[in-house]
Amino acid sequence: MRNRVDGPTPKVIRRHGPWTRITHWMWAVCVFFLLLSGLQIFNAHPVLYIGQQSGMTQGFDNAVLRIGAEGGQGAGPAKGVTQILGHRFDTTGFLGLSGPADARQPRAFPAWATIPSSQDLATGRVVHIFFAWVLVGTLAVWAVASLVNGHLRRDILPGRRDLRGLGRDIIAHLRGPLRHGRRYSPLQKLTYFAVFFALFPLMILTGLTMSPGMDAAWPLLLDLFGGRQTARSLHFLGMVLIVAFFVVHIAMVLVAGPLNELRSIVTGRYRITGNGQATEEH
Amino acid sequence: MDRRTILRLGAGTLAATTLSGCKTFDFLSNPDDPARGVLLSANRLTKAAQRLLQGRDALAPTYSEADIRQPMRPNGSTDPQAADYLTLKQGGFADYRLTLGGEVATPLKLSLADLKAMPQQSQITRHDCVEGWSCIAKWQGVRLSHLLDRAGAAASARYVVLRCFDALSTGLDGPQFYYESIDLRSARHPQTLLALAMNDAPLPVANGAPLRLRVERQLGYKMAKYVKSISLVSTLSDIRGGKGGYWEDRGYEWYAGV
Repeated sequence: MRNRVDGPTPKVIRRHGPWTRITHWMWAVCVFFLLLSGLQIFNAHPVLYIGQQSGMTQGFDNAVLRIGAEGGQGAGPAKGVTQILGHRFDTTGFLGLSGPADARQPRAFPAWATIPSSQDLATGRVVHIFFAWVLVGTLAVWAVASLVNGHLRRDILPGRRDLRGLGRDIIAHLRGPLRHGRRYSPLQKLTYFAVFFALFPLMILTGLTMSPGMDAAWPLLLDLFGGRQTARSLHFLGMVLIVAFFVVHIAMVLVAGPLNELRSIVTGRYRITGNGQATEEH
Repeated sequence: MDRRTILRLGAGTLAATTLSGCKTFDFLSNPDDPARGVLLSANRLTKAAQRLLQGRDALAPTYSEADIRQPMRPNGSTDPQAADYLTLKQGGFADYRLTLGGEVATPLKLSLADLKAMPQQSQITRHDCVEGWSCIAKWQGVRLSHLLDRAGAAASARYVVLRCFDALSTGLDGPQFYYESIDLRSARHPQTLLALAMNDAPLPVANGAPLRLRVERQLGYKMAKYVKSISLVSTLSDIRGGKGGYWEDRGYEWYAGV
């Protein structure tokens, strides 16, 4: 193909295949419901521990995170307190104690962050387990489709060249604005690789480890994560990482041109200019 | 999933993400909402998958004496107030009789002494509460399968229903007594016990004296405390709310393996 040199003429390429687009939106829906129902479930016992069991007596405390409400009723104004590894933070209004100032509620995560909004563990579990299945099913469809259509090899698995180009890519990301070509940049590849091959498996396996039925079926799960309560804590940590990924993901979309990016993940078509990052391979 | 459900969930997601929206999905709490019915279908898949993976007799993990690091955390009812229970408690449960009936060849009526004279089994296991916490304790008692063999379960029997002395709430028709049910597969599992003792002492009142169920591959709410009677049935639909348990009638899932 003829080299395009410095031409401002934009060119529309096909960036995302149909399976990539469909599974992307499936995950968006799944992660949304899993997150908000997960916070609902967490609220039923807003303490995280390390080990097989939960130390709940004076002489046995293996908690690493605790969200609760303190005070009130004559003991001064009530406040929300979050304790992480022994450090205490006043999180009134968000964690531990939230809601309108005249009707504060003691609850770990606030009503706007949980499905359903009120305390309802049973419904939270129904929603969570349904979307956990949808997520796993979507992952299976994505894996097969991506193997077949080359998305996995081309865009996700980082190669030697990606690792070499990583330094330059980090600097480019720090400088902004981003110019995407047909290929994913090294940072993109590494990030998606980590999400698909570390974060999603971590969430699925730690989720399974919390199931007494699965612990009987696959006792190895407990050894892998160091106990049911450690698995629960790692599940929570994985949730924090997924939220962090989401925030960066959206920030990058905004930096790279939200309309163009959004179009590419809806219709598959993406506009690139001849110069810059247009590292097309033919 | 029908189109209305998809549209509703889709529109809800959109509204929720844009308005950061709290109450958008509260309709899912309604037990009669069709969308909830769709979501509930995943529970059947969960049960089928677990049963397939674990096989009939895969054991729940067991622990060592050193792992018993605290008293078993009492949850739910801790001090039943029913008159018949209080009378039995006052007498040290000497007059307690467990009845086992329903679809069996020979109904049983057993005192604590009868139960203690049967083959005993003990195990140190982890109790997983649906709320999220876990606690390790030692349980000792009689295998439920031993009693089922003695009574002779009828071919039509599919579930074991346990009725209890404790009531967690009061309804228009009086106290709502706890009850639970497990299927025969869970009931015959080698670790399924009617526990008489906990951590080498008689079962304390807070933990279900004089007799409680242990179903080690399922969640805590399946393990009914203060067991009054056991009956074998072919269907759960004509018992109370019809969902097979106190919490199940209040929206919790019946299988409880997750």
